[in-house]
Amino acid sequence: MSEKILDIQQERLSFFTPAGEVKALNGVSFAMNQGDVLGIVGESGSGKSVTAYSIMGLTAYPGKLVGGKVWFNGHQIDEMSEKEFRKIRGNEVSIIFQDPMTSLNPVYTIGNQIVEVILLHTQKTKKEAWARAKELLELVGINEPERRLKQYPHELSGGMRQRVMIAIALACEPKLLIADEPTTALDVTIQAQILELMQDLRKKLGMSIIMITHDLGVVASMCEKIAVMYAGHIVEYGTTDEIFYNPQHEYTKGLINSIPKLNAEEKERLVPIEGTPVDLLNPPAGCPFAPRCKSCMKVCLSKMPPRTELSDTHYTYCWLRQKEEFEKGGKAE
Amino acid sequence: MAKYVIKRVLMGIFSMFIVATLTFFIMNLVPGGPFVAEKSISVAAQQALEEKYGLDKPLGVQYLNYMDGLLHGDMGLSLKQRGRTVNQIIADKLPISCQVAGIAVAVALCVGIPLGCLSAYHRGKWADNVIIVFATCGIAIPSFISSVLLLYTFGMNLKLLPTTGLNEPAAYIMPVTALAIYPTAYITRLMRSSLLDVMGQDYMRTARAKGVSSVKILFKHALRNAILPVVTYVGPMLAMLMTGSFVVEKIFTIPGLGRDFVSAINTRDYTMIMGTTILLASLVIIANVIVDILYKVIDPRIKLK
Repeated sequence: MSEKILDIQQERLSFFTPAGEVKALNGVSFAMNQGDVLGIVGESGSGKSVTAYSIMGLTAYPGKLVGGKVWFNGHQIDEMSEKEFRKIRGNEVSIIFQDPMTSLNPVYTIGNQIVEVILLHTQKTKKEAWARAKELLELVGINEPERRLKQYPHELSGGMRQRVMIAIALACEPKLLIADEPTTALDVTIQAQILELMQDLRKKLGMSIIMITHDLGVVASMCEKIAVMYAGHIVEYGTTDEIFYNPQHEYTKGLINSIPKLNAEEKERLVPIEGTPVDLLNPPAGCPFAPRCKSCMKVCLSKMPPRTELSDTHYTYCWLRQKEEFEKGGKAE
Repeated sequence: MAKYVIKRVLMGIFSMFIVATLTFFIMNLVPGGPFVAEKSISVAAQQALEEKYGLDKPLGVQYLNYMDGLLHGDMGLSLKQRGRTVNQIIADKLPISCQVAGIAVAVALCVGIPLGCLSAYHRGKWADNVIIVFATCGIAIPSFISSVLLLYTFGMNLKLLPTTGLNEPAAYIMPVTALAIYPTAYITRLMRSSLLDVMGQDYMRTARAKGVSSVKILFKHALRNAILPVVTYVGPMLAMLMTGSFVVEKIFTIPGLGRDFVSAINTRDYTMIMGTTILLASLVIIANVIVDILYKVIDPRIKLK
C-alpha cells in the first residue's frame, strides 16, 4: 500500500500571457502513496487545479513548467513529451471535471465515449470494449446500462453524467484519479451520492485520489491528508485532523473560521477572510498571504517564510510558527 | 421523421402559395406592362397581344387562371421570349446554373472548411492572420470586380483560360472561382469562429484528458460540433446560387437562369417573373428542410417538431 506513486518537488509553473508571466505555481512540493486520498483546498486561482492538471500535462500553451521535478508512477513528468503524456492520460491517471453537464461530448453516445478510452489504451476488441463499458456503468451505479450506453449525454441527469465521467475515468483502472471539484455543480443529495460512490470505488480499486475543492466539508469526509494552497504555494499540509483541529497557518485558520457553525448563536455573521487574492502577475516578495494576514509582521512582507515542521505529517510556511518554534528551542537550550 | 417531412412539405406548399400570391399582385402594382415599349406599338396591336395572353381580363380572373395553371405545373407562356413556355426556359437554363453553382459550392466547402480549421488552430499566428485577411477581402469584394479581374488577368493578359461560354472544362474555372469566392470566405470565417468556440468547450478538455490524439480530437470531437453553422449557411446559399448569378453569368456569357431573373423584371415579363420567383422560393424551402434533417443527423440534441 505504501508504494510512492507521486512525488512533486519544488514545482514551478507559469502562464506566459501577453500581460506577462503569471506565476501559477511557486515551488509546490508534496508526495502521495498508493491508495492515499489527498485534498487540495484553496480559493479560486490558488493553483490547486493547475497542480493537478500539470500531472497530466494538461496545462498546455501558454502554461509552461519552469522548474522542479515531478515523478508519477515511474515517469518523470517534467521531461515528458505530448506523445508520452497521451499514453498515460486516461490510462494511469485520469480526471473528472467540475461540470458534468458540459464535460461530455453532446454528439456522441455515452457508450461511444466510454469505449473510446478503452480502445485507446487496451488491446481489447470493440466487442470486449462494449462489454467492459457496460460493466463500468454497473460499477458506477447506473441502472439499465445496456440502454444508457446508447443514450446521448443530454438524455441523462447531472448526477448520472458525473457517474459516466467517473466510469470513463476508471475505464483503464488508473493509479491516480484526480477529482477537480467533482460535486460543485451538483445539488446536495447528488453530491453525497457521488462522494459515497468515489469512496466505495477507492476501496474496491485501491487507487489514489486527489480531491480538489473549496468545500471543506467534502475534504473532511473524504480525505486523509490535506494541502492548503494559496497563491501557488502549499501554505500548510497535514492530516485531516491536524488541519481541522490544529490549523497553524493564518490562512487555514481563516478558511476554517469561515465555515458556518451549526451551534452558532442566532444572527451570527459569517467570518470572511478580508482582502482580495494575490495578483499572480506581480506576487509580493514575502509571504503571499501577508497583505491579508491579521498577524502580519515586518519580516512577512519582505521574506518568504521557511518550512516549519510541526509533526511528521504536518508542516506550514509561516513566520509566526517559525518564531514560536525558535522561542521554544531557545527555552530548551 | 416521416411525419416531420410531410409536415414540412405541407408547410412549404402553403408558403409557396403565399409567395405566388404576393408576387402576382405586387408585380401588377408596378406601373408599365410587357407591351408598353418606348417605341409604342399601335393600340390595336397592343390589345391583340393582351388578349392573346389574357392580360385584358380583370386582375382577379388573371390570378385564378394563373394559379389554376400552376396547380397543373404549367407556368404559362413567356411574354417576351416568344413562343416558349416558362417551363421550357427553366428546364433549359436551370441545369447550367445548377452545374456551375454545384461546383462552386463544392469548392467553397472543400476550401473554406480546412482553411477555417487551420486558422482556428493557429489562432493569433501568421497563418491565421493571412487567412483572415484573405477571407475579409473575399467577403468585401463584389463578384463583378473579382470576375472582371479574373477575366482581365487569366483571359486577356495571360490568355490561359477561355473567357466565354462553357464549352470546355477549362471554361468553368473562372466563373466557378468568381462564384465561389464569397461563400469560401464566409465559410472560412464561420468555421474559424465556430471551431474556436468548440475548442474552448469542456468536452474538448475531457477528450485530451482521455489521451486522444490531437488529429482525432479535431476530426471526431471538434468538427462534428463545429460544422452546424456551416450547414445552416450552405443550404440557402446553394439554393441562391443554383438559380444563377446575374453578374457572373453576364460577364462570362453563360446561358444560365440568372440573367432571366433580372431581365424578366425589367421587361415586365409577368409569367417569367412568377416562374423564377416560385422556383427560387421552392429551392430555398427544400434546402431548409434538408438542412433541418441534417441538423438532426449531426446533433442528436435537436428535436424535429
